[in-house]
Amino acid sequence: MTLVQNFEIFAPKLIDRKEYFSPGHRACQGCGEVLALRIILKALGDDVVISNATGCMEIISTAYPQTAWEVPYIHVAFENAAAVGSGVEAALKALRRKGRIPDRYVKSVAIAGDGGTADIGLQALSGAMERGHDLMFVCLDNEAYMNTGIQRSSETPFMAATTTSPAGKEIKGQRTGKKNVPEIMVAHGVPYVATACPSYPIDLVNKVKKAKAVKGPSYLHVFSMCPTGWRCASEITIKLGKLVVETGVFPLYEVENGKYRLTMEMPKKLRPVEDYLKHQGRFRHLSADDIKLVQKKVDYEIKKLMDKVGGLKGWDEK
Amino acid sequence: MSDVQIITGNQAAAMAARLCNVQVVAAYPITPQSQLAEILSQYVESGSLRAEYVRVESEHSAMTVCISASTVGARVFTATSANGLLYMHEQLHWAAGSRLPIVMCVVNRGVGAPWSIFNDQQDSLSQRDTGWIQIHCRDNQEIMDSVIQAYRIAEQVYAPVMVCYDGFVLSHTMMPVHIPGANLVRSFLPPYKPHTILSPENPKNINPVLLPNPRMSAEGILCDGYMEMRYKLQKAMEDSREVIIKTSREFADAFGRDNGGMLWEYRTDDAEVILSAMGSVAAEAMAAVDQLRAEGIGAGVVGIRVFRPFPKEDVARAFRKAKAIILFEKSISYGYEGGLSSELKAAFYRTDIHAPVHDYIVGLGGRDVKARELVEAAKSSVEAIRSGTPEKHTSWLNCITE
Repeated sequence: MTLVQNFEIFAPKLIDRKEYFSPGHRACQGCGEVLALRIILKALGDDVVISNATGCMEIISTAYPQTAWEVPYIHVAFENAAAVGSGVEAALKALRRKGRIPDRYVKSVAIAGDGGTADIGLQALSGAMERGHDLMFVCLDNEAYMNTGIQRSSETPFMAATTTSPAGKEIKGQRTGKKNVPEIMVAHGVPYVATACPSYPIDLVNKVKKAKAVKGPSYLHVFSMCPTGWRCASEITIKLGKLVVETGVFPLYEVENGKYRLTMEMPKKLRPVEDYLKHQGRFRHLSADDIKLVQKKVDYEIKKLMDKVGGLKGWDEK
Repeated sequence: MSDVQIITGNQAAAMAARLCNVQVVAAYPITPQSQLAEILSQYVESGSLRAEYVRVESEHSAMTVCISASTVGARVFTATSANGLLYMHEQLHWAAGSRLPIVMCVVNRGVGAPWSIFNDQQDSLSQRDTGWIQIHCRDNQEIMDSVIQAYRIAEQVYAPVMVCYDGFVLSHTMMPVHIPGANLVRSFLPPYKPHTILSPENPKNINPVLLPNPRMSAEGILCDGYMEMRYKLQKAMEDSREVIIKTSREFADAFGRDNGGMLWEYRTDDAEVILSAMGSVAAEAMAAVDQLRAEGIGAGVVGIRVFRPFPKEDVARAFRKAKAIILFEKSISYGYEGGLSSELKAAFYRTDIHAPVHDYIVGLGGRDVKARELVEAAKSSVEAIRSGTPEKHTSWLNCITE
């Protein structure tokens, strides 16, 4: 109760009161992705240019002549948000040098969904990160192509049912696990890589601020709950975002110059994955044995991550 | 001040881009464009061109970077060839639809498969309906001149311009080129004044989703639907003809070289037989015409310089006295005929031009096109028309077809 009573005093110190993403957009009820976006924009502030890939966030926010965006925004197709952000950064630099725009720092931020990041957008992302643009890239991962009707992507979790990975007799949903894009970004030598989730807003804000402060490439992978696509109740969005972290299915961590750090300490004993899975229609078809299999995969991934957290030194450490 | 240097087409294009003070360059190497990408990076590294050079990972991203950089407010440049151009195709539509004054050199090359690195014009002709202005150059001087003109055209009509020139035939062949002085170019081409600067001073939402019908804004202004914006691009392309012609004329006044605007003519005053082509083949046709005239055939050349917008009025005038029209094309619209042939015939509809049009497909995938071959083709066409068989199916010159 104390925390809630003091909310008006403390919250504005932690999160900007100003809205950069106006209400009245067309996102689904309980959309975790648009919540993430709202918090991210609050953490970024005014001095940004956003490059947004085609996807849910673009389509729900920009029906001409209305827009939810209060910051400069450009959309150029689906597969190239990172290249758009590269061009924005290059042009801002060129114009600033020629005195065509005020000489102050403006961050180029590219935002894409999981398809626009891990599938069709991966080449442009890899190119932009390798070139070392002063570009912050945010993946809003809702684990499938929700905008086109819940088709699987390479970020759809193991065994989840989607419209193109249906749960049938032969195959029970998605056959593969999630492509680990944060790891791919670390392999590119990106100095700041982090995972986040809007159920932990202060953690998300802190990571956005860190990513923005990097004068170079940075990458944020944000778990974005999707009641519509995951076949779950819209009022449990925040709870799902907490459960996914507490079960270790989506751990929150950051990698600064190669040094891994958990930003949400893991309990000694994680909650069983079933606590997370059971709320979602996309996992409805899983048997007790299937859930054991999922648990095994999650344990395996957690072990890999914990090995890095415990064992790897930063690139600049002696 | 103008000095003459013996340079390749790629060098001419790079020098022209530097003279135009481009601010952002994004390029990905592909034969035969690569020398151009190399020279520009040397300019940037040596400081003789104050630009950001983005060494992208693909042609698709090259065009994307041009699109976003141009939207932010910079003058941008890129270049590509063949499959690189095809890989950009989606973004070509995006550039034109966004009404951005992007200038790109297309160093024409045949597209795979079958795989080839050599020249034809299938790449640029395949981009006909992307909303780009297309200029085809006959020699290296015209490459230099057209790039400079292209920025002035693009920045007036807000449509992107492709400056096309034949791979190897021009890109790698050295010719004397007048290099205009920087001051002269600066006075001809004022600094780019973007209609939008995408920065926090004036937040804008660029490329929102459009709905089929116009919609009212919060201020009560009826805003375009998708179709209205499409119409505006078409209107801009149609209106660009006048701008292209005016720009060419003013360029001639300032620089002393007239590229002809939409098309150019050679010995057509009393010509009954008109040879026509785009790019370096049109230049080769001039040599053919000299020979035909030496053999007593009253021939001339109409070089089609601008393919989009199509010079409808200009061709109706240029071909009005023709008794025979002979086309040489380095591309084919599979299942029909050469692209230029269809366009010309359509332009002649309801005019007094009833001359037979003979269409020759030539030089695909780098097969050499010699003036002598053009002479032979023209003579056989003239002979057929004189002997009462004016109709002729599309012919493949110097190609085993049986």
